[in-house]
Amino acid sequence: MSETLKETVGEVCRSVEFDRSRMIDVVREVQKRYGNVSGEAMELIARELKTHRVEVESVVSFYAFLSEMRQGKVVIRLCNDVIDRMHGADRVLAAFEEELGIRVGETTPDGEITLTTTACIGMSDQAPAALINDVVVNHLSSDLAREIVWELKQHGNPALLVKNLGDGNNASELVSAMVKNNIRHRGAVILSRAATGQGLETALAMTPAEVIRNVKTARLRGRGGAGFPTGMKWEFTRAGSAAERVIVCNADEGEPGTFKDRVILTECPDLMFEGMTIGAYAIGASLGIVYLRAEYAYLKRFLESVLDRRRSEGVLGRGICGLEGFDFDIRIQMGAGAYICGEETALLSSCEGVRGDPKNRPPFPAQKGYLGLPTSVNNVETLCCVARIMEHGPGWFTALGSEQSAGTKLLSISGDCKRSGVYELPLGIPLRELLKLAGAEDAQAIQVGGPSGQMVGPDAFDRTICYDDLSTGGSIMVFGPKRKILEVVDAFLEFFVEESCGYCTPCRVGNVLLKKAVAKLISGKGSQKDLAYLQSLAETVKKTSRCGLGQTSPNPVLSTLENFRSVYEEVLVAGEAGLQHDFELSRAVSQAARIAGRTSAHLHP
Amino acid sequence: MNKTVIFLLDGEVIEGSPGKTILEAAEDAGKYIPRLCAYKGLAPHGSCRVCTVLVNGRPQASCIQPIADGIVVESESAEVRELRRGVIEMLFVEGNHFCMCCEKSGNCELQALAYRFGITAPRYPYLFPKREVDATHPYILLDRNRCIQCGRCVRASRDVDGKNVFQFGGRGAGKRIAVNAAGGLGKTDAAVIDQAIEVCPVGAILRKRVGFRVPVGKRKFDHQPIGSDIEGKAGPTAV
Ligand SMILES: Cc1cc2nc3c(=O)[nH]c(=O)nc-3n(C[C@H](O)[C@H](O)[C@H](O)COP(=O)(O)O)c2cc1C
Ligand code: SF4
Ligand code: SF4
Ligand code: SF4
Ligand code: FES
Repeated sequence: MSETLKETVGEVCRSVEFDRSRMIDVVREVQKRYGNVSGEAMELIARELKTHRVEVESVVSFYAFLSEMRQGKVVIRLCNDVIDRMHGADRVLAAFEEELGIRVGETTPDGEITLTTTACIGMSDQAPAALINDVVVNHLSSDLAREIVWELKQHGNPALLVKNLGDGNNASELVSAMVKNNIRHRGAVILSRAATGQGLETALAMTPAEVIRNVKTARLRGRGGAGFPTGMKWEFTRAGSAAERVIVCNADEGEPGTFKDRVILTECPDLMFEGMTIGAYAIGASLGIVYLRAEYAYLKRFLESVLDRRRSEGVLGRGICGLEGFDFDIRIQMGAGAYICGEETALLSSCEGVRGDPKNRPPFPAQKGYLGLPTSVNNVETLCCVARIMEHGPGWFTALGSEQSAGTKLLSISGDCKRSGVYELPLGIPLRELLKLAGAEDAQAIQVGGPSGQMVGPDAFDRTICYDDLSTGGSIMVFGPKRKILEVVDAFLEFFVEESCGYCTPCRVGNVLLKKAVAKLISGKGSQKDLAYLQSLAETVKKTSRCGLGQTSPNPVLSTLENFRSVYEEVLVAGEAGLQHDFELSRAVSQAARIAGRTSAHLHP
Repeated sequence: MNKTVIFLLDGEVIEGSPGKTILEAAEDAGKYIPRLCAYKGLAPHGSCRVCTVLVNGRPQASCIQPIADGIVVESESAEVRELRRGVIEMLFVEGNHFCMCCEKSGNCELQALAYRFGITAPRYPYLFPKREVDATHPYILLDRNRCIQCGRCVRASRDVDGKNVFQFGGRGAGKRIAVNAAGGLGKTDAAVIDQAIEVCPVGAILRKRVGFRVPVGKRKFDHQPIGSDIEGKAGPTAV
């Protein structure tokens, strides 16, 4: 056993040329083969990669898809996102538990199957969904869960669970997934036509500075959430005299309720790679990395085949399109289950083979990014826009969208609506129009931009989706009239508690405290002063946190306190000022009473 | 390169040398900005957020933010003090701190900050986490109950001692200090004279059997608040 482990680790480390920065690949592979990365494996990996055991442990214990404890040969990861729960994920979980005879977090006694839950897997439009190893199972019901367990007990092979293939490339041999695209509206920029390669050719006929100028003229802003002007980012990355630069495509898509990058990766990978190649030309990069979230592992083989084809077509590799000296290639870096790795500096940490902690800024990635090289991190959709801007010109792009926000945006709509799926629409579209398209006119609340965005009610439905009003990386969650707003807030806070990297105090501790405070209100024990407490705690976390996660995690609280004040007021207990309503005397003294061996007739009637 | 950087700190003009952080430049000018993860001689970490200031109105960690000409820094305003106070209180409720029976009491930077801020009881509920104590080393105790995740030991061990004894494990609220051996600290090459052992601001890493060599009453912060050395004056400062 030990000998084979040693050989396996040796072989895996050799496959990455003993490069310490490829640690994530190594531990992922060991995890895959053994179901865990044991202490012994950590020692061996440390020796091979010339690092320390504790460094390996620190990586393994950070990512949700890695574990020191042995997991089953099959791991069921049921998505417990709020949308999935609205669609019955709790019942599905109960069915899995009952059928497997274990509780969530446990492994069957024969060591075959582990059951666990996970944050949004990017399938909110076909919820409830789960990952079974790399296989996506969607539209789950408790009956289906029982059937799945029964089948797995027969053959133990998740691939055999795939019955009805999805549409488009989901049905292709290399993907073979049940995932549905659910494309509801094809806009002019991305979804309406296949990639032509014309954008890259046009770009290569220009100087890099001209390409950047075109992207600037098109007023393209990042589609990943932060909305930073792409041309400016490229200019910063290009500045300075580095010999080597890097372009990274952010395909981590972890914001709950977002699944539009999934559709691009499935249907328009060429457009994305084309945009990335244009970006590489513009900033002077020879290395490209696509950071693909672990949940989308089912797309990896397909994406690799597209890269291979592009190499053979001469649009990737050495002397791209016959342009001597323009050498650029792309590798896919898999994630390992951490929402924070969508944050660009945490993403770079992960690519470097360490914990997915965000980095201190300055320096910014454009100055010192991946392995210290100037790096531009761009979202999947942003890169697709680049390819089209080069193909049709910046004027064509700015003519789409609104005055301030050019182009279209892919929106992922899910929740209480008739037609959940992906909509590519011009920026500036009123929320009301969007809800009409999706069949969600009776919505009570819309969460725009995922948990880190804001929750708005019907009085905001005439506001528009764009950078200057309701900004979103793509997530639009719809909550119908029957949903309990505070429970949604609670679920979002749970997500942030789970996903905080823990580096800085306010986010690591503050989110736990926020969740406790909301739970107290939900339990009907809160009073007016708890609202003031909640507000001030949320503001402290927002102002003092180190990165975008903690700076936005209080948003569900802050935006509902502002827009849905009444749902808080409804649960408050009226009472004398200064009274602590969650104080229960009998509970408070129970431990002391037990130690003293006495009970009070007054407290325990 | 002799040019100095000029900025405003709480309305006062400060001259700093280029490349310094706000925290360092303030310190050079005799102004104390509270800090926990920052430590002279170690790379800045930016994790505790106790050093938060407002730079042109935006919150920033002063230990990592470089000075720049013309910036307006707010450090001792009511708003900033309130933010820092919140962060310090979070550190208390996150761990298990019972100062009255802690060897570090009086020498502890977290406790001293609480005094400086006049914190008698945190406004947040205690979280009472379950944390492991590692007593495997003959001369060093690692009590995670009091760890504030400042990472000083990690940096000192790696960058000063050249040993990598410590590193963080886990994430979020489950983040904890891990050591470089399956069998605990006693199986690592940690030595009692290591800088990593010296730098812990709280009673999480302690040298065994010397806890009360300096009696209570004669300890570092028993007579003057933390930061007094920087402010160059003894006795309580106005809080
Ligand atoms: C917690 C957190 C998670 C993020 N997740 C993603 C993500 O999954 N995908 C993405 O493109 N950007 C994500 N971002 C934004 C990135 O940091 C970065 O701004 C973006 O990738 C830049 O690309 P863009 O300018 O093309 O949008 C995230 C940011 C934060 C703070
Ligand atoms: S804000 Fe949260 S995610 Fe960001 S560094 Fe701090 S702990 Fe990590
Ligand atoms: S470490 Fe400091 S704050 Fe914690 S118990 Fe000891 S003296 Fe008190
Ligand atoms: S053990 Fe001490 S030095 Fe190390 S992280 Fe914890 S508090 Fe900081
Ligand atoms: S001292 Fe600046 S963040 Fe800790």
